[in-house]
Amino acid sequence: MREQPTGGVPILRLGDVLVTGLLNELDDKSALAFTDELTHRISAEGARGVLIDISRLEMVDSFVARMLMEMTSMARLLGARVIVAGLRPAVAITLVELGLELDGVETALNAEQGMAALGWHQQPPGGAHHDTTR
Amino acid sequence: MTQLADPTTSAAATRTRGQNPAPERQTLRTEEDLLTVRHAVRAATLKAGFGIIDQTRVVTAASELARNAYVHGGGGTLAIEYLSRAGRTGLRLTISDDGPGIPDIDAALTDGFTTGAGLGHGLGGARRLMHDFEVHTEAGRGTTVIVTRWTGQ
Repeated sequence: MREQPTGGVPILRLGDVLVTGLLNELDDKSALAFTDELTHRISAEGARGVLIDISRLEMVDSFVARMLMEMTSMARLLGARVIVAGLRPAVAITLVELGLELDGVETALNAEQGMAALGWHQQPPGGAHHDTTR
Repeated sequence: MTQLADPTTSAAATRTRGQNPAPERQTLRTEEDLLTVRHAVRAATLKAGFGIIDQTRVVTAASELARNAYVHGGGGTLAIEYLSRAGRTGLRLTISDDGPGIPDIDAALTDGFTTGAGLGHGLGGARRLMHDFEVHTEAGRGTTVIVTRWTGQ
C-alpha cells in the first residue's frame, strides 16, 4: 500500500544536514518506517545534523514523543545531532501537561533557527551581499 | 468492578441525554481508525467552539485513549457527545474496549508505567488534559474511559 518506505515523508540533504518534516497524517506504521529510514540515511550519507520540522503536526501524543526521543538517541549514537523545529505553541503546552518534555531532544522555534543551530547558513545569491538593515 | 471517578463531576451528574443528538460513534479496529478518530475529534472540538489549545488537548487525549483501546483492548469504539451546562459547551468522549481490563488502575495512571510501546503517560496524561475523567474496568470484560472537557474553563 505504501509506495515509499518513509510513509511518504521526504528526506532531503543539504550539505551534511538531512532535512525532513513530519506531516499531520502520520500514522504509527509510517512513524516507525520513518525512524528506520532516517537512521539509515544518517549512516549512509554521513550526516552530521538532522532537522526535523514538525510545524505541520497539530498534535504530538506520547507515541510521537517517544519516536522523536528515540530518533534523537539513535542519531546521537551515529554521531549526528538532531534538532526538532517548529513545535506549535498548543502542542508544547499539551506536551508539558502530558508530562512529556521531550527530554534529551534539542528544539528550535522554527526550521530557520534550527538550521542555523546546526551551523548551516544560507548564502545570499552570489554570496557577496549581506542584508544588514534588519 | 473497579471504578475511578470524582462523584461531583461524574458523567451521571452532567448527563444531558435527550437534549442532544445521538453520540457520534467511531470504531477502533485498525491503525487507520486512529487517524480517523483524531480527525473526528478535531472536527468536534471545532464544532463545539474550543480554542486552539483546548482542541489540541482534547485531540491528544483522544489519541492516547484510542491507542490504548487499540493496543491493549484489542480494538473498541469511541463516542463523541456534545454537552451544555451553564452556558458552556462540553465534549465528552467515551472510549470502550472488550479487552482484558486494567488489573491495577493506580499503576496504570502512574507516569512511566507501560505495558506497551508508549511512554506510559497515556492514561495519566489524558486525565490531566481533560476536566472530568472516569475509568470503569473489569477483568476479562473490558475497559471504558469517559473524559469530558468544557470550553472557557
